[in-house]
Amino acid sequence: MFLVFFVVPTFYGLGLSFTNSSGIVNKYSFVGIRNYINIFENDSVFHQALMNTLKFVVTVVIIQSLLSLVFALLLLRNTKTNIFMRTLYFFPTILSSVSVAFIWTFIYDPNIGILNEFLGFIGLGKLQQDWLGNPLIAIYCLAVVEIWAHAGQLMIIYLAGLQQIPNELYESAALDGANKWITFSRITWPMLAPATTIVVAYTTIQSFKMFDLIYAMTNGGPNNATEVLATYIYHQAFQYNHMGYAAAVSMIFMLIISLITLIQFGLLRLQSD
Amino acid sequence: MRFLRFSIIWIYALIIFIPLLVVIESSFKSLADLYTNPLLPSRQMNLAAYQTLISQVPLLHYFRNSFIVTVATIVIVLWCSSMIAFGILRLPRILSAIIYGVFSLGMMIPTQVNMIPVFLELSHLHIIDTLYGLIFVESAFLLPVAVFIIGGFMRTLQKELLEAAWIDGANEWQMFFRIAVPLSTPSIASAAIFCSVIVWNDLLFPLLLLKSSSNWTIPLALLSFEGQYQTNYPVIFAGVLLASIPMVVLYVFLQRYFIAGITAGAIKG
Repeated sequence: MFLVFFVVPTFYGLGLSFTNSSGIVNKYSFVGIRNYINIFENDSVFHQALMNTLKFVVTVVIIQSLLSLVFALLLLRNTKTNIFMRTLYFFPTILSSVSVAFIWTFIYDPNIGILNEFLGFIGLGKLQQDWLGNPLIAIYCLAVVEIWAHAGQLMIIYLAGLQQIPNELYESAALDGANKWITFSRITWPMLAPATTIVVAYTTIQSFKMFDLIYAMTNGGPNNATEVLATYIYHQAFQYNHMGYAAAVSMIFMLIISLITLIQFGLLRLQSD
Repeated sequence: MRFLRFSIIWIYALIIFIPLLVVIESSFKSLADLYTNPLLPSRQMNLAAYQTLISQVPLLHYFRNSFIVTVATIVIVLWCSSMIAFGILRLPRILSAIIYGVFSLGMMIPTQVNMIPVFLELSHLHIIDTLYGLIFVESAFLLPVAVFIIGGFMRTLQKELLEAAWIDGANEWQMFFRIAVPLSTPSIASAAIFCSVIVWNDLLFPLLLLKSSSNWTIPLALLSFEGQYQTNYPVIFAGVLLASIPMVVLYVFLQRYFIAGITAGAIKG
């Protein structure tokens, strides 16, 4: 079953990427690498989608990793409040992306959204705007939603990493009179390297693949400002029926992801040596 | 310093909590009420949005579909992945290395890459727009992660236990069912929770594979509200809340397993 529904499609996709199949009629011809040439030379939307994906990934990876580390450090001790807070921070992870998309579409709503209301309330009315309608910031607004939904999940990975650091290390550091910053930079941070690698690797891959949230919130708009690779493949294949072309984009997409995975595995190995 | 720490924790708690609260509150308002007063609760709160939703949308039917897909996928995935994990443990080295390799490759290929071929393949097999077609696909995509969660755990089991069973004359099946599976329950539970959250909430495959609305799962149905109710947030939020109930109930009761399961999936994936 794994073979039929997973391994076969991958190779099928590779073959398809060299054709001009439309997916509807069963007739298509072999076009060689023309799809790939078109993608790189003539397709401005592809370039836009690639850039949007990179913007999204970089924003999410940096902010989400930092936030989850800060939260893990702040909520490390097992007090009642902290345990409650961890549960709360983790909560959005279990909501479906469609639900999260609706919640945040409402928050960003230009007329009645609570973000604009809040800005007006604290006297920053100047900043009020149509958050998802502004092509310059829409993709970052989506990144914020992704961070809201998953920072708590990554916090748990950091917490697990923090709990594995032996207490003796901190005790001896305290004996040597190390201050908080030195303790963090000399003990906590190096000891957290494996957790950091997992968090960064996972966030990178997850945000690269992002589909559900963006499809449900902006569907690539306004004017392709939030079109990312995954939604672009979907639109090419199922809206314009350019199956062969979309398959070629998928292959490039896969290549990029494999490359990132390999680099990260390399870094991981470097660290463990 | 203490104050800073305290305020960061509480501010982020509010950032998580306020949107959720507003959603719950808005679902009890009328649209007009929401427009005049989006933030605060009002006196005219009622259940109108829920009534509209339930009378116009066969929500129970969508729940049923989601439930069938989720349960069937979990059963298939757990059944296959625990056997594969056991196989990797017990088979001769070369064979187990090959199986291990295939599944780790499977983890590296993102689902999004395969959406076109999966769609075409299911069309050729004439199982597009069926629940079991979706079940097969979801199962295939979750199998590698489950194999890694369960396999990683089985490897830590003590070899002596299996050897002792073998000396006592147990065959492979008995070793699997009587020893490996019962001892790996925590990891199997983790895998089950990880898979159920993913399948229950998945949008991409249902979107690709289910065309007729009688087959829709919950996320697809929710998405269709966007067109149907435009910006009628109260009705949409009533739907969001009802759709989230199963996972929220599970989360409240099985919190520890939930967090462990989703985290295990993230680390292995």
